[in-house]
Amino acid sequence: MTAVLESSGLGKRYRQRWALRDCTLSVPSGHVVGLVGPNGAGKTTLLSLAVGLLQPTTGSVEIAGDRPASSSAQLAKVGFVAQDTPTYSGLSVADHLRLGRHMNPGWDAKLAERRISQLGLDPAQKAGKLSGGQRAQLALTLAIAKRPAVLILDEPIASLDPLARREFLQILMEVTAEQELSVVMSSHLVSDLERVCDYMIVLVASRVQVADEVDELLNTHRQVTGPRTDLSALPADWQVISASHTDRQSTMLVRTPVPVTDPAWTADPIGLEDLVLSYMSKAVRPSPDSSPALEAQR
Amino acid sequence: MIWLTWRQFRAQSIAAGAFVVAFGVVLLVSGIKIAHAYSSAGVPGCHGAGACANAATTFIDQLRGSSTELIYYTGIVIVYLAPALMGMFWGAPLVARELETGTFRLAWNQSVSRTRWVVAKLGLIWLAAMATAGLLSLVTGSWASPIFRAGQLAGSDSVSLDRLAPQLFGAQGIAPIGYAAFAFALGVAAGVFIRHTIPAMAVTLVGFGLVQLAWPSWVRPHLAPQLRQYLPITGANVNELVVENNQFIVRRTIFKPGGWVVSNQTVNPAGRPFGGAPLQACVSGPQSACNAAVNTLHLRTLISYVPARGFWELQWIEAGIFVVLAAALTAFCAWWIRNRQLT
Amino acid sequence: MMWLTWRQFRAQGIVAAALAVALGVVLLITGLNLAHLNSDSGGATCHGARACATAANAFINQLPGTGSVPVFFGTIAVIYLAPALMGIFWGAPLVARELETGTFRLAWNQSVSRARWLVVKLGVVGLAAMATAGLLSLFLGWWESPIFRAAALAGSDSAAVTRISPQLFGAQGIAPIGYAAFAFALGVTAGALIRRTIPAMAVTLAAFGLVQAAWPLWIRSHLITPLREYFAITPANVNELAIINNTQMIVRHDVEKPGAWVVSDQTVSPSGHLFSGPPTHACLSANASPNACNASIAALHLRALISYEPASRFWPLQWTETGIFVVLAMALAAFCAWRIGKRRLA
Repeated sequence: MTAVLESSGLGKRYRQRWALRDCTLSVPSGHVVGLVGPNGAGKTTLLSLAVGLLQPTTGSVEIAGDRPASSSAQLAKVGFVAQDTPTYSGLSVADHLRLGRHMNPGWDAKLAERRISQLGLDPAQKAGKLSGGQRAQLALTLAIAKRPAVLILDEPIASLDPLARREFLQILMEVTAEQELSVVMSSHLVSDLERVCDYMIVLVASRVQVADEVDELLNTHRQVTGPRTDLSALPADWQVISASHTDRQSTMLVRTPVPVTDPAWTADPIGLEDLVLSYMSKAVRPSPDSSPALEAQR
Repeated sequence: MIWLTWRQFRAQSIAAGAFVVAFGVVLLVSGIKIAHAYSSAGVPGCHGAGACANAATTFIDQLRGSSTELIYYTGIVIVYLAPALMGMFWGAPLVARELETGTFRLAWNQSVSRTRWVVAKLGLIWLAAMATAGLLSLVTGSWASPIFRAGQLAGSDSVSLDRLAPQLFGAQGIAPIGYAAFAFALGVAAGVFIRHTIPAMAVTLVGFGLVQLAWPSWVRPHLAPQLRQYLPITGANVNELVVENNQFIVRRTIFKPGGWVVSNQTVNPAGRPFGGAPLQACVSGPQSACNAAVNTLHLRTLISYVPARGFWELQWIEAGIFVVLAAALTAFCAWWIRNRQLT
Repeated sequence: MMWLTWRQFRAQGIVAAALAVALGVVLLITGLNLAHLNSDSGGATCHGARACATAANAFINQLPGTGSVPVFFGTIAVIYLAPALMGIFWGAPLVARELETGTFRLAWNQSVSRARWLVVKLGVVGLAAMATAGLLSLFLGWWESPIFRAAALAGSDSAAVTRISPQLFGAQGIAPIGYAAFAFALGVTAGALIRRTIPAMAVTLAAFGLVQAAWPLWIRSHLITPLREYFAITPANVNELAIINNTQMIVRHDVEKPGAWVVSDQTVSPSGHLFSGPPTHACLSANASPNACNASIAALHLRALISYEPASRFWPLQWTETGIFVVLAMALAAFCAWRIGKRRLA
């Protein structure tokens, strides 16, 4: 399976601060990828690098098989909706569609017009007068109608009300199925992503914590409870994500490729949201017994 | 891309168009009046230097103090201001506004490369700016042509009729086209570097203003091929005679109708700048004695001047330089946008 | 509120101060030079009309060589431009920027009423604009005082140095203060009505430019009714004599009123009507002798009727004009405050 987004050691530094570090990903195509992380984790930075709005400080990134924004044909393969869905407030909805038509050789005018009428947008209305949800839909239409191979969305639903959010995701799913797109979508709300994503990247404190298919994640992570044990006494193939101990009990989130058979331990599956939250809080306050692979590099 | 540039530029072009049309109408109405006065003063069919000079003077005197004089000076101001305003209102916001509002994230992810986007926007509006400036210059120039012709016939000394004079030169011919190109490129560059519209406008205004102020004094004299001429100074034709503090200043002011006297120096018979001690006859004594004494010094005025026929050569040189500067600035902007990130 | 106003105005204030200081330094250096020249030529300590006139003339003759002329006209240009620039860069963005970027939603939900917010911002920045204009005018006034004094002593009309003439009037005294207040208020109003910064800037520029161009032409001469005076036109003092189309004759005597602003100069016949012809026989005939022509003109008993504002009216006009512009500015400001307070701005 070809990778739609591939990066190797990708990093971006602004003056003294690293916004993104050691990002090595290989995201297979044909998935709806969710990029989660708290605010300030580096999601926008990663997406901007992927789209070609930023240049990496270290490492490299490839999207749809080529360097971002390297040519007009490459640009046509990537659809992007930026944070705050910028639109030209002085231009009308119809003007925006014309913009898309003039600037994209692969523009599908029928699709665009169909979407606009389905959404109930008035073509003559200036974009500055639309509501937040309508602007987001307009921006999505622009990105979809150019028939890209991959769609990158930076927090597209952050400022939408629950109904608008649901509509947006619904349309996104329809389009993804219709056009066989790959989608990379960032958000800080896991519950939204849970419904639609089948691949998850967790980004916390400028680093990728985990990146894998959702099914795989859910199958390999377990919430185990058992008698109080020292971490060094655990099976070798258990990767401890987080642990909490009382005098007599230990509760841990572990990642293991094989099912837990030891009767001393009770293993429960964990929901995606809790999983992600554990990764997020763990990275924010790294516990002293965390696995060496996730230790911060000096 | 052309459509998008036009659509985003629509409001400004309509405003500019409306202004040019309004001004054109004013000039048209006034121009008819001038043509009338021109022919009724008898200038077109005059014969002989004396009669022509008289007719021309009559014509010019009629215009003094009337609305024509006001339009004349207003026209000059407008042609000088237009490039600066276009740089401020068309150039500075071009890129800066997209950076400020974040819409560049939408524009630069269409299937058009950044370079093409920049070149299309810059190129089209550049041309529009140059065309506007050229149009204004053409319209005011043809409106004023009877006045200039009369000025030459009348042998007038008035600086406000010397086409090459620094005050007038930049408002005629093709020089405004060069200025417009440069001001626009300067505005875009300011917008790209400063990334905020209003500071970019201020910087464009100040920068262009400084260039315009410094240019006629420091750069233009070196552009034009100048002629040198020695003219004798006698007690009779001396214009300025100052005795003070052991300094003796003797000057004769020379006018070259339609030309531009760049420098004017008093030299002694040996050819050196004159800086002698005051003559006794001029310190104390009647004017006639002073005049006679000055005669004995055999001083001459050395002027360096651009003759009236050098007007177009200088226009082409100056417009060419500014267009080249503008192109360089534009190329630099395009390179900057392509290679650097601006988020 | 004061702190917020200052903090938002800081950048522009510093730029303006820097420019004013730069101009001030230039004026200081050249002005001291002028004062030096003036005292050297004896203008300061002269006694008697003739001696003073000679000293003054000596001083004036040296002026072109000192490079004072470009400084003078440059400063005049700056003083004329400053109110327009302050209107564009300080006034137009004041409200328009907040409306455009949406920050008014932050500003107008603090515990300060909208009216108070506007009044403080208008007041602080408006006063800053007026102070800047006044300061520049003050600098120029100090700098040019030796020149004007010498012009008066030399008794020449030195038309270019007449304070009350339309070209100089608006850059002298307190008139720039009135213009600055008006331009600033105009900018704020344009910004509040148009709600977008750059169009507001353009509109302010255009509107203020029109007012400034039209005012000296059509309004200023009516502020205080000009004086009228008749001058007999004799062959000796005719400045312009022209025959047009053999049907019209123009006879003009350019009256010179030292230090005054001649608003209009017309030739009238003894009955008081405007004289425009017909040409006299003696002047019209092909072999006209100058003496016969002159005699015929003298026989017409023409007079030059001028309406003018004498030099003594300089300060009354200044106060009147400044007052009018300040009142206009306050009216505009009040309108803005009403508009912002009442209307719902999305």
